[in-house]
Amino acid sequence: MDLILEYRSQLVAGTVMTIQLALISLVIALVFGLLGAWAKLSASRLAQRLAGAYTTIVRGVPDLVLILLVFFGGQVTVNTLGAAMGLWDYVEISKFVAGAATIGVIFGAYFTETFRGAITAIPRGQIEAGISCGMPRQLIFRHIIWPQMVRYALPGFTNNWLVQLKTTALVSVIGLQDLVYNAFTAGRSTNELFTFMAAAFVIYLVLTGISDLALRALDRRYSRGVVRT
Amino acid sequence: MESFLSYIPLDIALIAENFDRFLYGVWTTLNLTVLALVFGGLLAIPMAIARASRHPVLNPLIWSYTYVLRGTPLLVQTYLIYYGLGQFEAVRQSWLWDPILSSAWWCALIAFTLNTAAYTTELLRGAIVDTPKGEVEAAIATGHSYPSRMRRIILPSAFRRAIPAYSNEVIFMLHGSVVASTITLQDILGVGRWLNGRYYLAYEGFITAALLYFLIVFAITRVFRWIERRYLRHLARRETGTAAEMTPDPTR
Repeated sequence: MDLILEYRSQLVAGTVMTIQLALISLVIALVFGLLGAWAKLSASRLAQRLAGAYTTIVRGVPDLVLILLVFFGGQVTVNTLGAAMGLWDYVEISKFVAGAATIGVIFGAYFTETFRGAITAIPRGQIEAGISCGMPRQLIFRHIIWPQMVRYALPGFTNNWLVQLKTTALVSVIGLQDLVYNAFTAGRSTNELFTFMAAAFVIYLVLTGISDLALRALDRRYSRGVVRT
Repeated sequence: MESFLSYIPLDIALIAENFDRFLYGVWTTLNLTVLALVFGGLLAIPMAIARASRHPVLNPLIWSYTYVLRGTPLLVQTYLIYYGLGQFEAVRQSWLWDPILSSAWWCALIAFTLNTAAYTTELLRGAIVDTPKGEVEAAIATGHSYPSRMRRIILPSAFRRAIPAYSNEVIFMLHGSVVASTITLQDILGVGRWLNGRYYLAYEGFITAALLYFLIVFAITRVFRWIERRYLRHLARRETGTAAEMTPDPTR
C-alpha cells in the first residue's frame, strides 16, 4: 500500500493517458461509425461493399495485430513514401497517434453496426411522413432520425465504449505509457508486480464502473416516455 | 509467377520458409482458445443457473465475479496471474508453482478460462431468463420438478437461443487469445512478432498473422451459421435476424 502511494504519480499519469487515449479513439470511432452506417445504408453499391469489407476485416483480425501492424508497418510505409518522394525526412510515428487511430478505426466498425441497427429500428413510416410533409433531408435527419437514433444506439454505444476502454490496455505492448505500462514498470522496479497489477485492475474497474453508471443514467433520460417491453 | 511475386512488397519466400512455425502458432492459439472455451463454458453453466434462479447467496457472489472480470482488460487479468502471483513466497513454494503457475501456457489458460466463464455466464443467464413463459408453464403443468424442468425444457431451449451471442463470444475469445503473445507464448501473433524481430521486418509476420486469424474467424462464422440453421430452425420464421449481429451483444 505504501508503495502504491509512493508511485501514485506514475499510476495517475498512466490513468490520465488511458482516459485520453480512450476518449480520442472514441471520437475517431464515432466518425467512422457514422460514415460506415451511412455507407451501409446508402443506395450506392460501391459504398455498401466498402463498408462491408471494412466491418468484415476488422471483425476478422484481432486488435493487437492491427495495432502492431499500423505502428511498425506504418512507420516503414511513411518513411519509404517520404524517401521516394523526397518530401520529408525520417519521421517517427507517435505511439499515441498509432494507438488512438487504430483503436478508433477498429471500433468504428462496431459503431457502424450499432448506428446501422439504430437507424433501421426507426419505423420507415415516420421518414415517409417527413418526406410527404415536404421536409428536406437534413431536416428529416435532425428532427426524426437523430433523436431516435441516439436512443436506439445507446445500449450498443455503452457496450462498445466499455470494450474500447479495456482494449486501450493493449497499447502498452507498443510501449505507450498508459496505465498498464506504468503499473508494470513500477511493479518491476519494486519487485511487487502483484500489488501494482492489482492497482491497475482496480482502476480499470472504477473507470468501467463509472462509465456503466453514467451511461445507464443517460439511457434512462433518453428513454423517458418509452414503454419498455 | 516469379515476376508476379516480385511486385508484392513482402518476402513471400521467407514466410513460406517459416510457415511450419506459423502452423505451430495456429495450433497453440486454437489449443488455448478451445480449452478456455470448454472449461469456461463448463464453469458458466452452473453459474448461469444460479444467477437465473436468483439464489440468495450465490447470485450476488457470481454477479460480482462476472462484473469484475467483465470490467477489466484481459491483458491485466493475465499479467496479474502470470507476473503477479510470483510476488508471493507462499505461491512460489507451493506444489502448484512448478508445473502450473510458473508456466506461461497454464497462466494464459487460467486467465482466459476465468474471463470467458464470466461473459458466458451472463449471456447464458440472459437466455435462461428469456425462456418463453409458456414453455415453463407447460413444464410445470405436466408435473416437471425444478431440476427436470431445467434439464429437459429450459436449458435445451436456452442453449439454442444463446448460439448467436455465443458465436460472438467465441470470436472475442479468439481475438483475446493474442494476449498470450505478450507473456512469451508462441501463438499465431507470437510467431509473427518473432519473425519480424528476428529478420527486422515490419509487415511479413503481422500480415501473415492477420490472414491466419481472418481465416479462422471466417471458419468459425461458417460453422456457427451451419449450427444456427440446424438448431434455430424453429425460430427462423419468427425472426429473420438470428445470424449473429456484430456487437450489440447485451453481455459485452
